[in-house]
Amino acid sequence: MANYLKLIVLGVITLLALIAANYARDLAYLVNALTVAAAAGIAFLWVLRHTDEPVMPAPETQYMDGVVRAGVIATALWGVVGFLAGTFIAFQLAFPELNFEWAQGYMNFGRLRPLHTSAVIFAFGGNALIATSFYVVQRTSAARLWGGNLGWFVFWGYQLVIVLAATGYLLGATQSREYAEPEWYVDWWLTIVWVAYLAVFLGTIVKRKERHIYVANWFYLSFIITVAMLHIVNNLSIPVSIFGSKSVALFAGVQDAMTQWWYGHNAVGFFLTAGFLGMMYYFVPKQAERPVYSYKLSIIHFWALIFIYIWAGPHHLHYTALPDWASTLGMVFSVVLWMPSWGGMINGLMTLSGAWDKLRTDPVIRMMVISVGFYGMSTFEGPMMSIRAVNSLSHYTDWTIGHVHSGALGWNGMITFGALYFLVPRLWNRERLYSIRMVSWHFWLATIGIVLYAAAMWVTGIMEGLMWREVDANGFLVNSFADTVAAKFPMYVVRGLGGVLYLAGAIIMCYNLYMTVRRNPAVESSHSAVPAE
Amino acid sequence: MAKQPKDKNQEPETTGHEWDGIQEYNNPLPRWWVWIFYATIIWGIWYTIAYPAWPMIQDATSGYKGWSTRANVEQAIQEHEAANAEINEKLTSVELASISEDPELMAYSRSAGEAVFETWCAQCHGSGAAGAKGYPNLLDNAWLWGGSMEAIHTTVKHGIRNEEDPDARYSQMPAFGDILDEQQIDQVVNYVMSMSGEPRDAEAAAAGEEVFVNNCAACHMEDGTGDQFQGAPNLTDAIWLYGGDYETLTETVTNSRFGVMPPWDERLSDAEIRAVSAYVHQLGGGQ
Repeated sequence: MANYLKLIVLGVITLLALIAANYARDLAYLVNALTVAAAAGIAFLWVLRHTDEPVMPAPETQYMDGVVRAGVIATALWGVVGFLAGTFIAFQLAFPELNFEWAQGYMNFGRLRPLHTSAVIFAFGGNALIATSFYVVQRTSAARLWGGNLGWFVFWGYQLVIVLAATGYLLGATQSREYAEPEWYVDWWLTIVWVAYLAVFLGTIVKRKERHIYVANWFYLSFIITVAMLHIVNNLSIPVSIFGSKSVALFAGVQDAMTQWWYGHNAVGFFLTAGFLGMMYYFVPKQAERPVYSYKLSIIHFWALIFIYIWAGPHHLHYTALPDWASTLGMVFSVVLWMPSWGGMINGLMTLSGAWDKLRTDPVIRMMVISVGFYGMSTFEGPMMSIRAVNSLSHYTDWTIGHVHSGALGWNGMITFGALYFLVPRLWNRERLYSIRMVSWHFWLATIGIVLYAAAMWVTGIMEGLMWREVDANGFLVNSFADTVAAKFPMYVVRGLGGVLYLAGAIIMCYNLYMTVRRNPAVESSHSAVPAE
Repeated sequence: MAKQPKDKNQEPETTGHEWDGIQEYNNPLPRWWVWIFYATIIWGIWYTIAYPAWPMIQDATSGYKGWSTRANVEQAIQEHEAANAEINEKLTSVELASISEDPELMAYSRSAGEAVFETWCAQCHGSGAAGAKGYPNLLDNAWLWGGSMEAIHTTVKHGIRNEEDPDARYSQMPAFGDILDEQQIDQVVNYVMSMSGEPRDAEAAAAGEEVFVNNCAACHMEDGTGDQFQGAPNLTDAIWLYGGDYETLTETVTNSRFGVMPPWDERLSDAEIRAVSAYVHQLGGGQ
């Protein structure tokens, strides 16, 4: 019966999407409408073929790992896509000829840059968060994922968001809001998917068989709820036409800027920090086989972090039309945020104390350690850059890009790689990884890549900040903007090379994971949902 | 995952919870962490008292230090202007031609003029003033509208072929595609090429002289040396604004060109215009 309802809904969506494609006012909308029609059509056929088949009751004693496996594959593949796009646009900045004449309007830097940021943050990072949260919440709740196939809806719905957003960028559909570029209909669809994600996650926690909720799940839950709130508020807009991609934001002027950076900063705070701390709190103690260092610290730093982070956004708008008082509060909350952020680093690193010998033999642990190290460095650098006096030098320079990447490549990337190396043998019932040596290679390529990237951006960022403000004895500016661009060239090449190394490491990882699944003999499953106590 | 053995002689206590084999120690908060956290909070409270911070019903608290970004900027601009007021006064009161004879004014113009140039002029003329296709090189001594201090000053102040300033320099070459046939254009292009080098076709070039005299000489002069009163370029010096090859010249003759420069007296002060004019004048081509 439910299947017939699904068929009706999917059929109607297919039809409506085709009608929308027929009346489309712009190319991006047309392509997106056809994509939606194709996705709904395929789902329709899939449901149709499985209708009236005998329904097997979900085995409540088994974890639902199929969706996690799919998420692991998506994470690895989107990661490579995102790193490739990033490396290419890095070279576009160094060598503008790579903005090919024949690809203008599709593959120039302006179109590819949001493709890169969305691919790494939302496609790579987002899939990593969804997959690991589904894995972790089942294990630490000793319960099967709630909602039956709703988990699969979240996975495929999220992939559709990514495809719609990416094709939209290339064809010019953008809200021009950094990290929130997708247009109105993609935002609506993401809202639906995200609410389903919240329901699956929360439903699993509610039916848990453990008495307490594990700390990783606090972080995951805070990430899911806060991102929902941020996403909805920042994307409030009115479509110009229901048959066109363009929409107009509800806010204007400095209020608009403040809303955007309240969102932008907390995308970092809750997506890339709180969510990934959830990963850290499960995979670090598991891989180290050590208890978490301090329960008290995890409580205090969790509440301090989520309370303080949400106010720090105005530091993105120092020395702008934003009133001074808002800028002050953003800066103060950012500096106070330093220790709550470091609470996670301390808990991560101290959990490893007593297992330091593993650093020599286990490159996965090494990856996790360097990840937590970069986390600590970025969360010190961030508060420092939010101080107005420092910001007057660093703002608008490449220092900001260096800061973001030491966090993204170092912290988010490395902890995700560690989690993937942990998950693949367990999810596919393999005895071990195909090659530990390859993990070691990945570790060193990625680490050297990050160092090249971050060091190049620090040098060039501080240099251009100093060049912009350099005045002569009469108080006149010495350098033109083009002078600073020319001076940055060598560092831009170094940055691109750092990207090549990081990308090469990720490709090695994909091969290693693929061979792990293909070659290694299977071991007996241990996927039954039994409470640990 | 095997459970950790609980050896209470070596290990701190755990909370007694366990999830999927993960336990938690009951370690206290690191003291240094707590103290730095407290210190940042106390610093934060002080900072929000000292600087503008808390929003009230009408306005925000302004802080006891009286600090304000807008006031700081205004003060910095005032200080800068006050420091240079005297020499700006001198720069705007002397004869234009005499600026280059005054070492103090020239030293000032080099720094102030360069700052103006790199902010407003570099986009078209390049940060080194070497120009680009369609944008004249300001380092050489070939001038479209004259290279004296007065001429450069007039060009900067009023611009060229713009609609904003009635005093802008103005001239327009006809699009000869409407006037001459293709053979005549081919001939005159070859003739123009022969003035500064080799024509592509010597026979056509010889035939082009008559076309040139009848159609072009009024502005470019019979010998092709141009006329700075009309902004008509010298065609004999092998310096080309758009290019001296056959294809580019054919396009120039057929469709004409219409290079525009904005007037700067709306955006820049008298002193700034004089400084940047003197800066351009001393770059190497000033006359």
